[in-house]
Amino acid sequence: MDLLVSIILQIVYVIANLALISLGLAIIFGMMRVINLAHGEFLMLGGYTVVVATNNGVNIWVAILILSPLVVGAIGVIVERLLIRFLYGRMVDTLLATWGLSLLFIGLITSIFGASTATTISPPLGVVTIGEYTSSGYELFLIGITILLFVAVYLVLKLTTLGLVARGTMQNAEMASALGVSTSRIYMLTFGLGAAVSGFAGGLLAPITGVLPTIGTVYIAKAFITVISGGAAILAGTTSASILLGGLNGIISFVTGPTLGEVALLLAAIILLRIMPRGITGSIFRKSI
Amino acid sequence: MRELREMKATWIIAALGVLFTFAAPSILELFTIITLAQVIGLAILALSLALVWGFGGILCFGQTAFFGVGAYAYVIAAVNFGGSTWAVLIAVLVAAAFAAILGYFVFYGRVSDVYLAVITLTVTLILFSLIRRTSGPEYKVGNALLGGFNGASAPPLNYPWDVSAFMFPEQVFYVAMIALILVYIFCSWLVRTHFGRVCVAIRENEDRAELLAYDTRLYKLGIFTIGAAIAGLGGIFFCIGVSRVTPDVFSLSQSALTIIWVIVGGRGTLIGPILATFALYYLTSTLGSQSVLNTNLVLGTILIIFVLGVPKGVVPAVSDWIQSRRGRKALRARERRLQRRRPSGGQNVGSTEGAE
Amino acid sequence: MTLNRRHFVASATAALAMPAFLKNAYAADDIKFVSILDQSGGLDIYGKPMVDTTRMAIDEINKAGGLLGRKVDLKVYDPQSTIQFYTQFATQAAAGDKADVVHAGITSASREAIRPTLSRFKTLYFYNTLYEGGVCDINNFCTGSTPAQTVEKLVPHTMNKWGKKVYIVAADYNYGQITAQWVQKYVKDNGGEAVAVEFFPLDVTNFGSTIKKIQAAKPDMVMSALVGGAHASFYRQYAAAGMNKSVPIASTTFGVGNEHKLISAVEGDGMICAYSYFEEIDSPANGDFVKRFKAFAGDGAPALNELAARSYEAAYLWAEAVKQAGSTDRDKVTEALRAGLGIDGPSGKVQIEPKTNHAVQNVYLAELKDQSFNIIEKHENQPPTDTLLVCDLVADPTQSTFKFENGLKAAGIDI
Repeated sequence: MDLLVSIILQIVYVIANLALISLGLAIIFGMMRVINLAHGEFLMLGGYTVVVATNNGVNIWVAILILSPLVVGAIGVIVERLLIRFLYGRMVDTLLATWGLSLLFIGLITSIFGASTATTISPPLGVVTIGEYTSSGYELFLIGITILLFVAVYLVLKLTTLGLVARGTMQNAEMASALGVSTSRIYMLTFGLGAAVSGFAGGLLAPITGVLPTIGTVYIAKAFITVISGGAAILAGTTSASILLGGLNGIISFVTGPTLGEVALLLAAIILLRIMPRGITGSIFRKSI
Repeated sequence: MRELREMKATWIIAALGVLFTFAAPSILELFTIITLAQVIGLAILALSLALVWGFGGILCFGQTAFFGVGAYAYVIAAVNFGGSTWAVLIAVLVAAAFAAILGYFVFYGRVSDVYLAVITLTVTLILFSLIRRTSGPEYKVGNALLGGFNGASAPPLNYPWDVSAFMFPEQVFYVAMIALILVYIFCSWLVRTHFGRVCVAIRENEDRAELLAYDTRLYKLGIFTIGAAIAGLGGIFFCIGVSRVTPDVFSLSQSALTIIWVIVGGRGTLIGPILATFALYYLTSTLGSQSVLNTNLVLGTILIIFVLGVPKGVVPAVSDWIQSRRGRKALRARERRLQRRRPSGGQNVGSTEGAE
Repeated sequence: MTLNRRHFVASATAALAMPAFLKNAYAADDIKFVSILDQSGGLDIYGKPMVDTTRMAIDEINKAGGLLGRKVDLKVYDPQSTIQFYTQFATQAAAGDKADVVHAGITSASREAIRPTLSRFKTLYFYNTLYEGGVCDINNFCTGSTPAQTVEKLVPHTMNKWGKKVYIVAADYNYGQITAQWVQKYVKDNGGEAVAVEFFPLDVTNFGSTIKKIQAAKPDMVMSALVGGAHASFYRQYAAAGMNKSVPIASTTFGVGNEHKLISAVEGDGMICAYSYFEEIDSPANGDFVKRFKAFAGDGAPALNELAARSYEAAYLWAEAVKQAGSTDRDKVTEALRAGLGIDGPSGKVQIEPKTNHAVQNVYLAELKDQSFNIIEKHENQPPTDTLLVCDLVADPTQSTFKFENGLKAAGIDI
């Protein structure tokens, strides 16, 4: 019984983890049709923000919850102003530019901090005991904060004027512009939001996975597969794909081992894309966001 | 055979290529010639994407999937047959068959362009992750070990139907160069055939092509499969040049680089991406032999500058520049003629006509 | 290594302006020492310290008057964690630079990509990374430790200390799988039981379900052969679940990417590792080496591990052989190395074993405390027992194969 509870908790954590690393990519891709190949590096920058801040005496919670989204969000806005805004409607060029950006960030961080960084932050919150089994309290916290993050993004997109205008702009930029919306500003804010969410995810994961300049490459493929499997709708797509792929990965990992767990995730993605080439929300939950 | 006569520029470039092949030993170092075999493999890959994307209008982000499938198929077949002759043929066919199956699902499923790009990339990433998980003696195809993360060593090329006569790496250069030139001529011919023209028409306006009773799905599938076969051929030369095949052939960076070569060289040209491959490869390897600047930093900066500064690619930009110069020259000549005839006024007329 | 503007401009111009691929003449006087190690990409955590110590060794050799009255010219290539550049730079080093010796390779994949090329061009090759063992090549000297050397000492020590039930976690590729097999063998030989063996793809960062399984299996200890930056998360997550207090970890891979500096003291305390070198070895030779290295590398000096120290020692091993041979000729230097040549380096005595071209070396066990290792055991002059089982270059010096490519069983080792 204790084992079952902690296994279920573990699988939920795998799902939350997948959703967390994918959300920033999903926002930028879903809203702007920009494939952000520097997504992994946004996560990495979030992690570095936390490391640098805590090494300089900032409280770890302030660093994770406030600084990492702020810093990376600001970087996102700068990147959008200096680079991405010249490339709207040229999907392929954004691909190239963000790939260049990804290399640039890796090179920059390696030049500044060296190839490996002394992170030395342990996950806060200690240990939670379930019968004979122990889990990291921080992992439970991550599950909670991921749910909160999704709710927050949902509320922003659904209820605020900004969200409404943003969704409108994404659907028909010319019409929005004719109605007096500053589309350029909306794009900037959306990209910033996506970057902030990615940075936040990176900051949250830093204490439990550690950071390296090249850590982004570990995340990008999985995030990518999740977002594409999920389809166009940002939240519903990411959530459903994370549950499906992460759940499968978690269960198979537990039953057989991590190698087959990963293989199961990938095979599921292939089969999914065969049945639903537009992703889950391309076929079902079409009206959701 | 009308197409062959139209391809004047192609013949000139091919002749230059032949000239380079023969001159190579006297102008280049031995190690450069050996290394060129793998670069030619990459150039063939770039050429395949130039065909599929530049002329077929299909943005295949995962062109390296076919490149890698070709490389792995070659290694598996060559190890099992003990010779490279049939292995080359099989590798090309396997790559084409894989593309035909994937393409069937995608084109007949009417997937939009953006999704096509990301689906092909996802397939590549899945192959990358899958092949990395095949470590251990149990993952074997016949006698060929897949090797997981470490990859497997690629058997060298031998003379056709003579298993004992292995080619030296410098001889592989000639074979690879000939292959590149032939594939280039083939692609150049293909885009001028009826089939090629329909593909370009579909690229320009798919609905109109369909209304003219062309089965666009079939044409797209056709050019996609041909492109994959060419990419598979590139994979063969690449793994022979490296003397090893590793999961890196499916990596995200390899996929992105392939797109970059085509963008830098220019979409809608065939020679551009080939030249871009050589130039960028030279740049990355030069950066690898210095230790002052971080390689990623330099490459990233160059790419960004490129996207913002030369978005169309080098070859189209250069030919645009030449044409606009010609245009300006013609314009000035016309203005002079006009001025001679009508000494006062009349400049405006000429300038609107001359500008394209 | 400080960087001034003139140096920067000079080398940047040299790198970009001179097309290296065109035929040109080289200065014939210098001895050419080429190092090909990843300075960027995922493997740079291993490659950078190795290059630093190689630079220092060559620097010292030159300051002491060079070799045979000639200067040693070091050329460093960065293959950017990409196999194709390994092949290219090895060809360039052998056929272009006409290198007298090449020290190169981190992963077995990179070594296997360049070994045939260097062998064909008759260019002497040193591979200084700890690896799974099994290379049997007259032209290739493998100086790193192999699993049988370290695991053989680590397993009995930790089992005596902690108990007989061992849970094994390892990286899912050739190295991890072979190391796990040696661990299983030595656990059995010492009367213990391997309760489970689990393999992890190199890009896995989430170890939660395995940690639960370890809790369910209740072993006395965990043996880790996890590799790389992503796998460093295992130790964090293990500690976050409070497991490091109840089930201790032993490893032959932790620390070689300086992981003990990456995780905090609380997370790492109590782990026991085995290598042929630790920065904390208490000997005059090592104390001096560490001090010189800190002075050489400056503020950002990385921690020294087996890879870094062995790269340094291997450069000296080769230099000593050149001195004894009185020439840089490959055959003469090989002969001198295989005549049982040894040096006293920071790790102690390192000597070439002629049947395998591997190193006879000391093996140390150390316990982690406050991000540094305390040496608890020292075993002198350990032969490469695993490779010795399959390789005899004295009997047949024409061999050039990697015997363990298909795993141990295919090489005829049944354990």
